[in-house]
Amino acid sequence: MDKNISSKQVLNDMISRHYKEALEAKKSGELVAWATSIVPQELLETMDIKVVYPENHAAVLGARKDAPAFLQNAENNGYSNDLCSYARVNIGYANLKESAAGNIPMPDFIFCCNNICNTVIKWYENLAREMRIPMILIDTPFNHTFDVPEHSVKYIREQFHHAIGQLEQITGKKFDHDRFQEVMNISTQTARWWKKATALAAAQPSPFNGFDLFNYMAVIVCMRGKQEGLDLFKLWAEELQGKIDRGEGPWKDQPEKYRVMWDGIACWPHLADTSKILRKNGINLITSTYPDSWTIVYDSDDLDAMARAYSSNYANRNLAYGAGNIVQIVKDFSLDGIIYHSNRSCKLMDFRQYEVQRQVQEQTGVASVIFDGDQTDPRAFSLAQYETRIQALMEMMEQRKNERPGGQ
Amino acid sequence: MFLGIDIGSSSSKAVIINAQLEILGKAVFNTGAGTQGPEKAVGAALREAGISGDEIKFSVVTGYGRMTYDKADKQITEITCHARGAAHMIPSARTVIDIGGQDAKVIRLDKDGKVENFVMNEKCAAGTGRFLEVMARILDCSIGNLSSLSENASEEIIISNTCTVFAESEVISQLSSGAKRENVAQGAHKSVAKRVAGLGSRIGLAPDVVMTGGVALNKGVVAALEKEIGQKITVVENPQIIGAIGAALYALETASKLS
Ligand code: SF4
Repeated sequence: MDKNISSKQVLNDMISRHYKEALEAKKSGELVAWATSIVPQELLETMDIKVVYPENHAAVLGARKDAPAFLQNAENNGYSNDLCSYARVNIGYANLKESAAGNIPMPDFIFCCNNICNTVIKWYENLAREMRIPMILIDTPFNHTFDVPEHSVKYIREQFHHAIGQLEQITGKKFDHDRFQEVMNISTQTARWWKKATALAAAQPSPFNGFDLFNYMAVIVCMRGKQEGLDLFKLWAEELQGKIDRGEGPWKDQPEKYRVMWDGIACWPHLADTSKILRKNGINLITSTYPDSWTIVYDSDDLDAMARAYSSNYANRNLAYGAGNIVQIVKDFSLDGIIYHSNRSCKLMDFRQYEVQRQVQEQTGVASVIFDGDQTDPRAFSLAQYETRIQALMEMMEQRKNERPGGQ
Repeated sequence: MFLGIDIGSSSSKAVIINAQLEILGKAVFNTGAGTQGPEKAVGAALREAGISGDEIKFSVVTGYGRMTYDKADKQITEITCHARGAAHMIPSARTVIDIGGQDAKVIRLDKDGKVENFVMNEKCAAGTGRFLEVMARILDCSIGNLSSLSENASEEIIISNTCTVFAESEVISQLSSGAKRENVAQGAHKSVAKRVAGLGSRIGLAPDVVMTGGVALNKGVVAALEKEIGQKITVVENPQIIGAIGAALYALETASKLS
């Protein structure tokens, strides 16, 4: 990799190449899969199948302010506006197939894993049915116990085997187990470096610049099993370490006053506004629950460990884990506050949010605030309300800082 | 002299205090952000205090309209200002309930009167002053008379829709099928009380519970709320100007830090 190119440039280049290559592959007759964001992509990568991630694509359309037409289309076709807006954007896109903000090829089959939520099952089933294409489902039952129970591990592992058979049938090719080991290896390493880079945000001041996390996330979603993904996170970590060594904070023109985490998905259509208001108040967003979500690591010869890793996404784990995870983040990153995005789309994330907030507050005393929004539907957000809540959070954090000895 | 201004969505309030924390001037106008209300309130408060604008050392603006008001030295959110004002008036306050024109908030205070946590209404206008305004309009009475109307209620009526627009049509159909206005007025108070009690129970309602904001003048809402939360509520004197008092106190504090 050219040393003079920044990781940001590499990132942007990789993402546009990712979409371009997928479109070209489709044109030349290669198979394309649509997959959920935390799928065992190792299986697809091993088979050399081009994958696009509708959640990521929906986020891109949202950020480029092109979501409304697709939301409307899905709603016109009878989908309730209570349905997750990623699903509505994607269902609208599957119908309209054209966005000025960026296109993806139509799928030849669907690859779905419900470790993020159960909405995806029906959403993808509908797509598969309407397009008359096969769907592979990896069902990861919700973990009501703190750890993933052994029976779930077995159940998921057997589904991996089954999915391999389905993939062989769809592609007409044999599954290459040596290549599988290689991909598992790269995927685990990429995840480790993602974790390493995002953990560097804990430095004081943090080398992270506000919403960096949400940008780099695209690569951990779309390119976890690829060498280029791994290289990117190494480069990013190097840059961040350089900033830490030089004592550089997030901004050149103002110091980092408060450090917060963001719980939930960004408000893509309002990304600039939401981040501007944080910055105006000296608030640096340095982490979220995302670093851990994609830290899918396991030994490459151990399918049970891989099954456990895919089932261990925090959204698939119980309340005690959810709250404990955030308590740990507060400590590790020396946070002053937490912003909880009560996301109209994502019932799963909202469902336990109040209780998580209460438990985290009780255990850490850290200031926090909940605001209403949506990840891609621009209609479910009020900037004035957001601003009042963020400013009130800043005032609480300020008060607590002033009360600490030395005011720090 | 120190000035606090609170610009809400439907009213503007101004308070002037001196360094001894005495209130020298106060004013309330029933028009809010985007109107002449803020100017008028400040003018009236200055007149009551018998001083000119030049004598104001520092001013703080709060409320929904704080962002667009450029004549104050500093702006602070209504959450922080209401907490400060309420704790100043009633030092034993640990919970502040403020129902404003378009929002309702419950604020928890620590023993020093500082904001510990807060919740605000989400997603819609249910449980706010706007809901009561809509109800008053359908019942053809002024917002100020809604409370006395409800005193003569004889039967409990439940307004089941939380959506203000749907509640409006629900009430219209109740009235047309013979429901008494008094009962509907009481039902409206209960509806607001239920929403706000729900917010409050999320962060816990520690005593003393104090109510600020214009809706605190409505005895019907206060009584319904007391019943819902099972606790006594203290209504501060002049509840409407508590946010402005908090702002004025911050003006004084900021000015003394600066000098
Ligand atoms: S946003 Fe929530 S509901 Fe939508 S796909 Fe993601 S996890 Fe599922």
